[in-house]
Amino acid sequence: MTVVAAQYNRRRPWINPKIKEKLIHGFFFANGMISVLALLGIFALLTMTSIPAFREINIGSFLTGFEWNPTSYVKEQYGIVPMLVSTLMVTVGALLIAIPLGIGTAAYLSDVASPKVREIAKPIVEILAGIPSVVIGFLGIVLVGPILSKIFHTHNGLNAINGSVLLAVMALPTIISISEDALKNVPSSYEQASLALGASKWQTIARVKIPAALSGIIAACMLGMGRAVGETMTVLMATGCAPAMPKSMLGPVRTLTSSIAIELGEVAYNTTHYYALFALGLVLFLITFFINMISDIILHKYEKVNR
Amino acid sequence: MTIATEKNKVQLKSIGFSDRAYGRSVEENKIKIVVEDFNFFYGKTHALKNINMKIRSNAVVGIIGPSGCGKSTFLRCFNRMNDTINNIRYQGDISVDGNNIFDKDLDVVDLRRNVGMVFQKSNPFPKSIFENVAYGLKINGINDKDFIQERVEKSLKDAALWSEIKDRLNESAFSLSGGQQQRLCIARALAVEPEILLLDEPASALDPIATGKIEELIHELKKKYTIVIVTHNMQQAARVSDYTAFFMLGELVEYDFTNKIFTNPLKKITEDYVTGRFG
Repeated sequence: MTVVAAQYNRRRPWINPKIKEKLIHGFFFANGMISVLALLGIFALLTMTSIPAFREINIGSFLTGFEWNPTSYVKEQYGIVPMLVSTLMVTVGALLIAIPLGIGTAAYLSDVASPKVREIAKPIVEILAGIPSVVIGFLGIVLVGPILSKIFHTHNGLNAINGSVLLAVMALPTIISISEDALKNVPSSYEQASLALGASKWQTIARVKIPAALSGIIAACMLGMGRAVGETMTVLMATGCAPAMPKSMLGPVRTLTSSIAIELGEVAYNTTHYYALFALGLVLFLITFFINMISDIILHKYEKVNR
Repeated sequence: MTIATEKNKVQLKSIGFSDRAYGRSVEENKIKIVVEDFNFFYGKTHALKNINMKIRSNAVVGIIGPSGCGKSTFLRCFNRMNDTINNIRYQGDISVDGNNIFDKDLDVVDLRRNVGMVFQKSNPFPKSIFENVAYGLKINGINDKDFIQERVEKSLKDAALWSEIKDRLNESAFSLSGGQQQRLCIARALAVEPEILLLDEPASALDPIATGKIEELIHELKKKYTIVIVTHNMQQAARVSDYTAFFMLGELVEYDFTNKIFTNPLKKITEDYVTGRFG
């Protein structure tokens, strides 16, 4: 036996290296699986708890009904259209504000701002994402609401516009941060080519850089939209929450999320109403799931192109 | 590089610009670009030192020199592309058709329209072939579709690309080969009808056949344009340019007719470089 071989034999591993390798592999696999299982578990729970609701509610009238009145003495109504419309109004409003503002800010940060300004401004924008939604909702009541009621001469400012403004504030950090990354990733050779042809800085941003970064920017907006759709506390506090078909952006609205939050605390356990709220949750889950999935596909496509 | 010895440094410093190099060959009235006592700084780095040079209309001027000698920097001064870099400083004058390009009243956008540029690595926009060529027209506010169509066709013909791609104008520019992409970039620069064309090692990433096509193209283009081309490839400089300027450590060492530079240069160091003894 050679000396080298003897040295190797001296320390015998307490566990077979092959098994050890497998254990480590298994440990990390299990960690990765937890989030997948959590997602599947939530989906399963929502589905299982929703199904009993449809023993009494017609699924067609659930999806197309215009009235949500689960506690009526005459006839209980479970139509989610007003809430879907409310969610849509508030979300679209938020995106109308947040997308132009977000892309503008992203373009400013990536192309116009000096490195020093960017170093300070970008973290601040990202900190905005960390403000609790309750605090933003609070601002909606004491700040945005009064301002809106003054501008539009309404009784109070708790309406769809208020919700949109606040959700825009909440969606902005996502939109700015991801759009800025996308603009940063546009090869500088495009910019050089454009400038060398006599394009101004503004033309270069608008006609070359933003189109080249478009998939990243769209993905950013979709993620921002996912955030806006799923947000609860802010819209609950700021939109008035009347459970009726919304009449205008200046009227109170009640989104899917706020309906669940308001009613789940008071509903009798295991009643149709209770199950119907879970069905609302399922609808919400599906909406945000698809938004996130689409944005992920777009983002992935864009990463491939830029590699 | 063998240049670092003390003796050589002294030799380099003593090389002034000889009027003879251009004075006798260039008629005053045909001069397109004049560079006078031009200095350029990146921060504290003195990148270009006291350059004097005159460039004739419709001539091809090749700029050669070892890497880092400032030739690309010099080229990018003509359309002020260096402006996009922070912390740079100019000194001295460059004038095109008698107008100082560093004049405060001069719009750099106008300058760049007049002085087109093609980069080392082909850089078409992620748009269709047609849109790439039309871009320069559109940003200059031209909306007449027939005019754009006509000009795109003409530019692609001038860039010797039309016959190869005339049926696929709406395909992505990235579907073209490397050599075609570079000619597309030339067509894109030609579309705005500049008077001067700057080429920054336009063929360095191309195979010999594509390179040959670009060189042929340069011969054609000099009928209409004044061309300044930076190249690493000495044979290429010898083939395409009428005049050659040799740069070294930020200084213009020698500037003369191309065949003079390559066969009988005034300076020993130029001879060493063009015969491949260093660099």
